Amino acid sequence: MAYKIIVDECTNCAACETECPNDAINEKKGTFKIDAANCSECIGYFDEPQCIAACPIPDCIVVDDKVPRYVAA
Amino acid sequence: MPTNIIPIFDQRKSSGCASKGSCGSASGPADMAPEVWEKVKNHPCYSEQAHHHFARMHIAVAPACNIQCNYCNRKYDCANESRPGVVSEKLTPELAAKKVLAVAAEIPQLSVVGIAGPGDALANPAKTFKTFELIQKAAPDIKLCLSTNGLALPDYVQTISDFNIDHVTVTINMLDPEIGEQIYPWIFYQHKRWHGRDAAKILSERQLLGLEMLTARGVLVKVNSVLIPGVNDQHLGEVNKAVKARGAFLHNIMPLISDPAHGTHYGLTGQRGPSPQELKAVQDHCEGGANLMRHCRQCRADAVGLLGDDRGAEFSTDKIAAMDVSYDPQPHQAYLEYVEKERSDSAAARDAELAAISAQSSDFGTAKLVAVATRGGGRINQHFGHASEFQIYEVSAAGAKYVGQRRVEHYCQGGYGEEEVLEGVIAMISDCAAVFVAKVGLCPKKDLAAAGIEPVEEYAFEYTETSLLAWFRRQSADVSRQAAA
Repeated sequence: MAYKIIVDECTNCAACETECPNDAINEKKGTFKIDAANCSECIGYFDEPQCIAACPIPDCIVVDDKVPRYVAA
Repeated sequence: MPTNIIPIFDQRKSSGCASKGSCGSASGPADMAPEVWEKVKNHPCYSEQAHHHFARMHIAVAPACNIQCNYCNRKYDCANESRPGVVSEKLTPELAAKKVLAVAAEIPQLSVVGIAGPGDALANPAKTFKTFELIQKAAPDIKLCLSTNGLALPDYVQTISDFNIDHVTVTINMLDPEIGEQIYPWIFYQHKRWHGRDAAKILSERQLLGLEMLTARGVLVKVNSVLIPGVNDQHLGEVNKAVKARGAFLHNIMPLISDPAHGTHYGLTGQRGPSPQELKAVQDHCEGGANLMRHCRQCRADAVGLLGDDRGAEFSTDKIAAMDVSYDPQPHQAYLEYVEKERSDSAAARDAELAAISAQSSDFGTAKLVAVATRGGGRINQHFGHASEFQIYEVSAAGAKYVGQRRVEHYCQGGYGEEEVLEGVIAMISDCAAVFVAKVGLCPKKDLAAAGIEPVEEYAFEYTETSLLAWFRRQSADVSRQAAA
């Protein structure tokens, strides 16, 4: 599992990008994307996923079911 | 030379400096320390006087925000909407700096560049300070300022001070967390989302701490408060006292803008904004505390130009990107000198008129509200039908005091006045005894007179304050004569 950004909801404010402890969020051609391979769901860093806590739009960042759950090393 | 701005004034009749000896307005108003006047005299948002002469621009480099306010919807962007938090295009620091140079070349009145979102300047510190760095390098004589909700402010006071930023605006809507929780659903602070009273308590503490730290360093702080009827209207008097005690220079109480179409929480839940009368009542209640600002236009996060005359649309990203810009400080310098002279001339003319009033032994009665159509420069230089706002003054034997502005639709559209619009304009200034204009058509003239508003054209292109006082003196003399007859 990782998180993903719903592009239609996103305002491209970049609030999530600066908060991500893994630098997993990047802007590509005007839209922001979470790199599932680098997303740790903030486990081991913070009590709550930083991108979701910082995002001003409700339900803009959601669980990406297509990716298996992150396991802390 | 700033040729593109002079035409506003070139039709004026000359009104020279009556008494050379008292022409020294360089040290500013009597109730302001000279070093403070030096900082505010060219800043349209910090001095009502300056806003007649100087322009500002907001550069939208800060899209992220660290709090949610119930009067704000971060998903909303619109080119035709004039209110805070709204932009049509976000800019990179490099493009923003280029835009500043392009605007400065076109508008020599430009004295201040501010970052006011569309999110929060200090929730985007890297972009905000990179932009300031680029502007400072390219155009060192342009003043920088920023506005913030205050949550991150204590962390950046030193940086602000290092950039020699003299002006910071902090939005403070409450001190009491019980009120705060009705305004702010959440904040993002120290890697955590906080809700309810906890959120409001943290926010309030950070705002007041930031305010104290800034004023201790000599930064002028303007406090913005959004007046939300039934939520903080009874509370803003306390806010005014608290911010004054911490050294705030100016308190700007603004009306809540709440329209369901904007999709804000308040808009969608039917929270109404205050009427102009309610706003004035709260402002009057706070008079005597921190200085009140009454000339705020609640502008967009990408506004450009004199307050009340947004030229942002002329400087879109496409146009800027294609431009080849360079900065020449000379036109701005020439304009500064021009304004200095205008200021001392108009102050002298006003003082002469005040002296004439005090020499006249008539009963002046109560203060009168009047409306003025102007394109800026402290002169009556706008056609009635072309005015998109009227500046409102309270005139009495003590002087002409700026008390606000009323936005209206242009009455005159392509030469054809529209009756409905005219009715709306008249309703907007119905409490005014007169409207001062450069010119007014025959038809609106009749309608104004019928509504009890005297249309006054004879002071076209003259200094506003002096003209209002001259009108007031003459009118009082007429009344006295009639009473005696």
